[in-house]
Amino acid sequence: MGKLDGFREFKRETAKKRLVKDRIKDSKELFVKFPVEKLRKQGARCMECGVPFCNWGCPLGNLIPDWNDMVYKEKWEKAYNRLTLTNNFPEFTGRICPAPCEGSCTLGVNRDPVAIKEIELNIIEKAFEQGWTKPVAPKVRTGKKVAVVGSGPAGLAAAAELNSVGHDVTVFERDDEIGGLLRYGIPDFKLGKDIVERRVNFMASEGVKFKTNVNVGVNYSAKSLLSDFDAVALTGGSTIPRDLKVEGRTLKGVHFAMDYLKQQNRRVSGKEVEVEEINAKDKVVLVLGGGDTGSDCIGTAIRQGAKSVYQYEIMPKPPVDRDDTMPWPSYPRTLKTTTSHEEGCNRDWNVTTRKFTGEDGSVNTLHGSKVEWKSNEKGGQQMVEIPGSEFELKVDLVILAMGFLHPQHEGLLLDLGLDFDNRGNVIVDDNSMTKLKGVFAAGDMKRGQSLVVWAICEGRSVTKNIDKYLMGETSLRG
Amino acid sequence: MNNSIGYPEKQGLYDPAFEKDNCGVGFVANIRGEKTNGIVKKGLKVLVNLTHRGAVGADPKTGDGAGILVQIPDEFFRISCDNLGLELPRTGKYAVGMIFLPKEPALRFQCEGIIERIAEEEGQKILGWRSVPTDNRNIGDTAKGTEPIIRQLFIGSTFKDVDLTDDELQEEFERRLYVIRKRSEKEVVKLVDRNTEYFYICSLSSRTIVYKGLLLAEQIKGFYVDLQDINFKSALCLVHQRYSTNTFPTWDLAQPFRYLAHNGEINTIRGNRNWMNAREGVLKSKVYGENLKKLFPIISPNGSDSASLDNILELLKMDGRSLPHSMMMLIPEVWMTNDGMEDYKKAFYEYHGSLIEPWDGPAVVAFTDGIRIGATLDRNGLRPARYVITKDGFVVLASEAGVLQFKPEDIEKKGKLQPGKMFLIDTNEGRIITDEEVKKKICTDKPYGEMISKNKLYLDDFDAVIDEVKIDKYILKERQQAFGYTLEDLKIILAPMAKDGKEPIGSMGNDTPLAVLSNEPQLLFAYFKQLFAQVTNPPIDPIREKMVMSLMNYLGSQDNVLNQDLNDNPFIEINRPILTNLELAKIKNLKDNAFKTTTIPITFKADTGIEGFKDALDKLCARTSARIKEGYNIIVLSDKSVDSYDAAIPSLLALSAVQQHLTREKTRTSVSIIVETGEARETMHFALLIGYGATGVNPYLALKSIDNIISEGDIENISVEKAHENYINAISQGLLKILSKMGISTIQSYHGAQIFDAVGLSSDLLEKHFGGTPSRIGGIGLDTIAKEVLIRHKNAFNKLRKPIAELEVGGKYSWRKDGEYHLFNPDTIFKLQVAARTNDYKLYKEYSKIINDQDKHLCTIRGLFELNYGNEIPLEKVEPISEIVKRFCSGAMSYGSISKEAHETMAIAMNRLGGKSNTGEGGEDAERFKVDENGDLRRSAIKQIASARFGVTTEYLVNADELQIKIAQGAKPGEGGQLPGKKVNSTIARLRHSTPGIDLISPPPHHDIYSIEDLAQLIHDLKSVNPRARISTKLVSELGVGTIAAGVVKAHSDAIVISGHDGGTGASPLSSIKHAGLPWELGLAETQQVLLLNNLRSRVTVQTDGQLKTGRDVVIAALLGAEEFGFATTGLVVLGCTMLRNCHLNTCDMGIATQDPELRKNFKGKPEYVVNFFTFIAMEIREHMAKLGFRTMNEMVGRVDKISQKKAIEHWKAKDLDLSNILYKPDMPKRIKRYCVIAQDHGLDNSLDFKLIEMAKTSLEEGKRSTSNLEIENVNRSVGAMLSGRIAMKYGAAGLPDDTITINFVGAAGQSFGAFGANGLTLKLVGDANDYVGKGLSGAKIIVKTPENCTFKQDENFIAGNTILYGATSGKLFINGLVGERFAVRNSGAQAVVEGIGDHGCEYMTGGIVVIIGRTGRNFAAGMSGGIAYVIDEDGTLKSRCNMEMIEVESVTSEPDSLELYSIIKEHFETTNSHKAAKILDNWDKYKLKFKKVIPTAYKAILEGK
Repeated sequence: MGKLDGFREFKRETAKKRLVKDRIKDSKELFVKFPVEKLRKQGARCMECGVPFCNWGCPLGNLIPDWNDMVYKEKWEKAYNRLTLTNNFPEFTGRICPAPCEGSCTLGVNRDPVAIKEIELNIIEKAFEQGWTKPVAPKVRTGKKVAVVGSGPAGLAAAAELNSVGHDVTVFERDDEIGGLLRYGIPDFKLGKDIVERRVNFMASEGVKFKTNVNVGVNYSAKSLLSDFDAVALTGGSTIPRDLKVEGRTLKGVHFAMDYLKQQNRRVSGKEVEVEEINAKDKVVLVLGGGDTGSDCIGTAIRQGAKSVYQYEIMPKPPVDRDDTMPWPSYPRTLKTTTSHEEGCNRDWNVTTRKFTGEDGSVNTLHGSKVEWKSNEKGGQQMVEIPGSEFELKVDLVILAMGFLHPQHEGLLLDLGLDFDNRGNVIVDDNSMTKLKGVFAAGDMKRGQSLVVWAICEGRSVTKNIDKYLMGETSLRG
Repeated sequence: MNNSIGYPEKQGLYDPAFEKDNCGVGFVANIRGEKTNGIVKKGLKVLVNLTHRGAVGADPKTGDGAGILVQIPDEFFRISCDNLGLELPRTGKYAVGMIFLPKEPALRFQCEGIIERIAEEEGQKILGWRSVPTDNRNIGDTAKGTEPIIRQLFIGSTFKDVDLTDDELQEEFERRLYVIRKRSEKEVVKLVDRNTEYFYICSLSSRTIVYKGLLLAEQIKGFYVDLQDINFKSALCLVHQRYSTNTFPTWDLAQPFRYLAHNGEINTIRGNRNWMNAREGVLKSKVYGENLKKLFPIISPNGSDSASLDNILELLKMDGRSLPHSMMMLIPEVWMTNDGMEDYKKAFYEYHGSLIEPWDGPAVVAFTDGIRIGATLDRNGLRPARYVITKDGFVVLASEAGVLQFKPEDIEKKGKLQPGKMFLIDTNEGRIITDEEVKKKICTDKPYGEMISKNKLYLDDFDAVIDEVKIDKYILKERQQAFGYTLEDLKIILAPMAKDGKEPIGSMGNDTPLAVLSNEPQLLFAYFKQLFAQVTNPPIDPIREKMVMSLMNYLGSQDNVLNQDLNDNPFIEINRPILTNLELAKIKNLKDNAFKTTTIPITFKADTGIEGFKDALDKLCARTSARIKEGYNIIVLSDKSVDSYDAAIPSLLALSAVQQHLTREKTRTSVSIIVETGEARETMHFALLIGYGATGVNPYLALKSIDNIISEGDIENISVEKAHENYINAISQGLLKILSKMGISTIQSYHGAQIFDAVGLSSDLLEKHFGGTPSRIGGIGLDTIAKEVLIRHKNAFNKLRKPIAELEVGGKYSWRKDGEYHLFNPDTIFKLQVAARTNDYKLYKEYSKIINDQDKHLCTIRGLFELNYGNEIPLEKVEPISEIVKRFCSGAMSYGSISKEAHETMAIAMNRLGGKSNTGEGGEDAERFKVDENGDLRRSAIKQIASARFGVTTEYLVNADELQIKIAQGAKPGEGGQLPGKKVNSTIARLRHSTPGIDLISPPPHHDIYSIEDLAQLIHDLKSVNPRARISTKLVSELGVGTIAAGVVKAHSDAIVISGHDGGTGASPLSSIKHAGLPWELGLAETQQVLLLNNLRSRVTVQTDGQLKTGRDVVIAALLGAEEFGFATTGLVVLGCTMLRNCHLNTCDMGIATQDPELRKNFKGKPEYVVNFFTFIAMEIREHMAKLGFRTMNEMVGRVDKISQKKAIEHWKAKDLDLSNILYKPDMPKRIKRYCVIAQDHGLDNSLDFKLIEMAKTSLEEGKRSTSNLEIENVNRSVGAMLSGRIAMKYGAAGLPDDTITINFVGAAGQSFGAFGANGLTLKLVGDANDYVGKGLSGAKIIVKTPENCTFKQDENFIAGNTILYGATSGKLFINGLVGERFAVRNSGAQAVVEGIGDHGCEYMTGGIVVIIGRTGRNFAAGMSGGIAYVIDEDGTLKSRCNMEMIEVESVTSEPDSLELYSIIKEHFETTNSHKAAKILDNWDKYKLKFKKVIPTAYKAILEGK
């Protein structure tokens, strides 16, 4: 317990954001640094519960009460050690994790939760700043070679862990940069690419080998992969986006979010965009899908100079506060107003798309209608269109941000002959091993689309199995 | 295996070894040694008048045993033998053996033959046999069934030596008789092939004879026809009435034994016996020479604790020490902390203390050798002993006053035995020898002081340097990992101790797996559980009564205890068993003639694996033996050499294996063993090491870890030295607490006493290496222990691939995702809360499935069970939910520990359900006794009576459906508590009858329950106040709890609660939460089995609690024998508790465990949630019942045949468990019921109060004044209680106007005179009273007055007993004489005057005014946090007898004080005609100056408005 009565004495507080008018002019990070004194007070608010629900809410099992207390007591280096015991990349989760830990913080029962994410971020940034994050090469090399296919957060976590116990790790990435969604999925204003590069360089200096532009199954055969390595971790993510099968879908100006975001990320990094440009400048933009990716598209569109931005979601508008459907400590699926929303956006819920129409092959109108959700006899929810609620919206650009279905099957996965579950994800056994001996899968590829924190968790836990497979035992915590 | 006559075999969880007994004891004697038949008659009368201190079992005519010891009635035997044609030599030249023999003639002849042969082999002459005439027509069936043949053997002395006197020759003869008896006992067991238990020699002596048996007091005389003969004469008669906790009392265990009768319990008996057995190797007797071996084993294997004490006393006595001398060695006074004690006495005790450890526990021991007769009391004075000396030279001493009636004018003196004191009569010298005289003579007989000053050394006398190697923090981490340190150990255990010098406190119960069920490797320590005292024996308060406690022990070889020449060998005294590095270095350095130390490693080569581990253990024992032969007398067992090659044998295993090996070899007493270990860090670890034989422990790694904690800045502003000292102090205090909860005062007695039981260790292991520590469910052996070590070792030293950055998280105290499993974890808490809130049974089932299915996470014993479904019936045939929920109770949680909102919500819910809520210890607001407007009732059906008696008024008691006596609490059995003043707001203070802001201390024991007969008395008191209420007794599951439970049933408790060790708490030391007590499955099953075997089960309702969470838990509990079920923690979780485990900090953000008005607003619980929850539980139960084929819960109770142990348990440790003992069902006829069908007979019909109520009828009904007169005897107990209950029922707390009902008594009142006396009642007694006068006084006035015609001085004689005014809340008391120990303990509002008191007066007092116009005993005002005492201090020594920790002693200076004091003394004079008061009032100006005002500092500040 940081301070006995800290939770009563201090209010929740998090870092301030730059003003909207300033921040939409660039792609830099949104938040200003949070003062240490304030951070300590947040640490002091932690009640160090006998049953810390934050620790449960966090997929990684971050030892949150421990480092909350250490920050309060200004034991930063200890806090860093304790934090990295469970989390390889706090600089990522500290920025982009939706913080399920805070949703389950016990203070949330009667008050606002501890600013856990803020504390996490500050611990790791302080560690980089102070140079505590020295690369540690393993004492011995096992001589075992492991391939990690896919360099998103799951792959990176797996690579870091496997390298730490002495395996010779090679990470394959089909894109030209390491990082997967971290690199090309998430806009810079949420996660600066220097942050990703810092970590990649760090890992490289610890001995991890990175191979970009290698699309296993295309320009490097699955067969070679199996023969070149003693074990393989498949961490390619869930990359096939959910499509909208309506009339007018093929009109120009209707795009998948990931195509849109990737372009912009390349642009910000000063790279060429080799495909057809998608740009929101002076356009009326409609984002379909109310999730984080949708938000990222909104922020991106605004920065590109969109005339106006709309966001439609098929599900009902979530309540502002917790209700009985999401009691503490479950994740509060309340109405989220992201930084992108603050920057200017018209949102609506219970909207379904009937069709798109356009002129000259380009989209210019959305034909939608309102829906309501009714319980059916199976206990599920059923969508019913409200008669007479049809409407039209003039649009120039439509971004589909409705989530992802499953990993890409063509190429590597089919070449390896792996099995898929009914959602299209790779089937593994209790040890995360696919039907092929020595071939493991983890992350979204295995569990379906999810959060970065889950990807890191997956990447960590698969390494325990890989290490055990290779060595017969493991000291990894997973 | 116990060989006594009548015990059942060890079976299931029943083990005759757990039998305990408490009793009534006494003697009568003619000081001048004149033998008369009258003495015998009077002795028998005393016995009969102590009947209520004994007990009867299911068979009302079979008592627990009674007997008398008298001088050989020579005249009688001469006549009787003459009739048999048997010629007796002159008195003193023949001995009589009183012998129990088998009924079967052939066997009997064989036994008789053996003893005859041995007597002749020992050179004595067989004179003949006499069959003892008995009449068994009136004895009980049980007694008859086991009745032996009783015969007397006459042996003639052949000793002749002209140089010796007759007395000396008789002494020689006695010594030889001892050999004959010991040899006979041994040879009968060896040579006779069956029924040897029927052979027992009650006595074999030329001086004394014992008549005893499995009889009630009143039956003795009728059974033994001899006793009725007028020629049967003796000058002394020692009597004993036994109350054993169970109903397997036996003929031979009846007392007196050969030299003594004992009321009490020897808590350290296991250790005392072990040490005595070990000591046989070094015993040398000048008297017996080579013959000494014939006496082995000194301690007969099958005796009770009292019998063993008799055995050792006999040895010391026969070897030539006098009986008083021997008693002083075995039951020493408090000497270490006693500044007032003479040096010669201290030297005596210290000298003998280096030879033998105290036999520690509550005790009155009455003893005699046939010439001298006396009694001694334990250091705490925990048993009553009152005596009367008449002017014609007659003495009676007994557990109670008034057992014989005397005319006041014939009485010379009335006294009581004081703690540690001895009372002795020498009939040869014809006089009483005072404690002072007898002890002075013994103590100055030899120059003990010289020997001490010459030979006693301290570690400070030696030099050494610490050869400390600096190790870096990574190496330290390796060591920590090797010994299983976790982050929690550092943060929660070590850091707080090093910082504050106190043991860490926690809250809520333990819901982690038993060590044997944990997936993680555990330290061997974790498999052991502390034992604690309950009911038969009080725990001690190690804080307020630290004067009786000691951690001192000796280093070096222990000398021959028999050697009567002075032992001239040096020894080293160490004042506490935790050794610093420097102290250890000094010990290791000892290399001179007197002390030679050797260090033996307790490690093995890690790569030799399990076999290497076992080898190393054997080698270790062999090495130790070799070292002893080489002359080393201090052995240091060390694991300091642990490194990547050498792994540590668990220190406890190494130590205990050596201890047992040396004990078997009988070399153990030649050495001291020290343990140098990296493993020990918590209090429990040290307690175990000491309890299994270590004299000292050096926790080098814990100390090193503290250094590192400091260097990392985790605790600040402290030096390493100070931190070490703090840590050692914290552990030391913790050790005192562990000792005291077992009722043990000194570490010397605790040392090697094995006060533990094991859960999950194999019995082979325990038998071989742990001296037979009991294990009921088997478990792991050496292989798995080795495996656990190797896992840790590998974890620590396998560092090439990825050095582990941090220690394991632990998760034992707080849940952690990767840590130890907890039943209450986020998943279960979440699901349970939502299910109860939204009335969602499906979600509840998800919750209960996680708790019930423990396949992946074993946690509880019940998790290893499966139910044998079959004969399924339709669900609707099962009794309805509404019937089942009546069996549910909420846990005892006080208003104070939880908020008003939480407390009342729970009560409302339980009342809506028809179940029962429990007040806990903290009273209840009278406004809750009325029904609310909406029909809800906030009254708790169960009113708890706990040790502090907070809020226990007559009104409180009558407003209850059940009165629950809390003997112990699962989270901290045997411990008290303290509510800090800052939590005591005005409401809490009002309900607890105290002042806001002052600390409220709960003592560890009930000061009116030091024994089982005391519990019977309290039950009688409560039943008298509220005859409609059910009385229940709450026990905590531990080894032998079934035996205790049997005693409790015999004490007429209507219900028993068996609480699991894992119950919750608002605040408790972590070491207690984790390590004391057993799971309820074990305690409940044992209780059920023992009660069935006794046919007592049908008389009592059994309830269980402790982490009950689901319907399946209830079903298992019912099948094991429970009828009712308590839920505490789970109920709180339903009301919003998320297990913050911060209850002790008052910061509960859920508004539950807090009194903070702001936080209380956060309380969101509703009665509906609780109702929903209990309905779910009942629904789940019904589903199981249907599948099991039970229509009613009663059908299910005790049907253990419906449970089996899960097959195919794959768990690496749990697979070794064998639960068949829990699932054992004794084969009993169907008529012996498994559940309660018979109401207890409380014997209230004979209550004197019916007469009082009749006499006060008009007063009760119309409030008219009435006065009546009555005679009273000591068998009239709890007089006034029932009448007071009637007053409180009708008139509430206010009662009647003062003096409405006045009753004048003449005689000797029984115990609890005026207990719970209500306002308006005045009880005047001329005569004397026993213990507990004015207990729980609630407004009445009590006067105890010395008869006017007596000739002794009022203020020099005891006229009332111990523990007077305990828990009084209001009223007045005047006594014009002396009273016993613990006067006005926990008084919170009564006013009292007495003329002198014993030790521990006004302890824990929180209010009221006490005036003492005579001498006070020691430790006055200990833990007194409120109220005022005015004490006369005529010799200016008062302060030295006060416990000054909380109080101030000042002169009476202010005018208001002086006036108040004067008027109180005046009232005393007016009511009692006190001579002393008259003198004081007449000389007020002079006496005023002699008074001191004793007032607690904090209380004074509050009164003065600071």
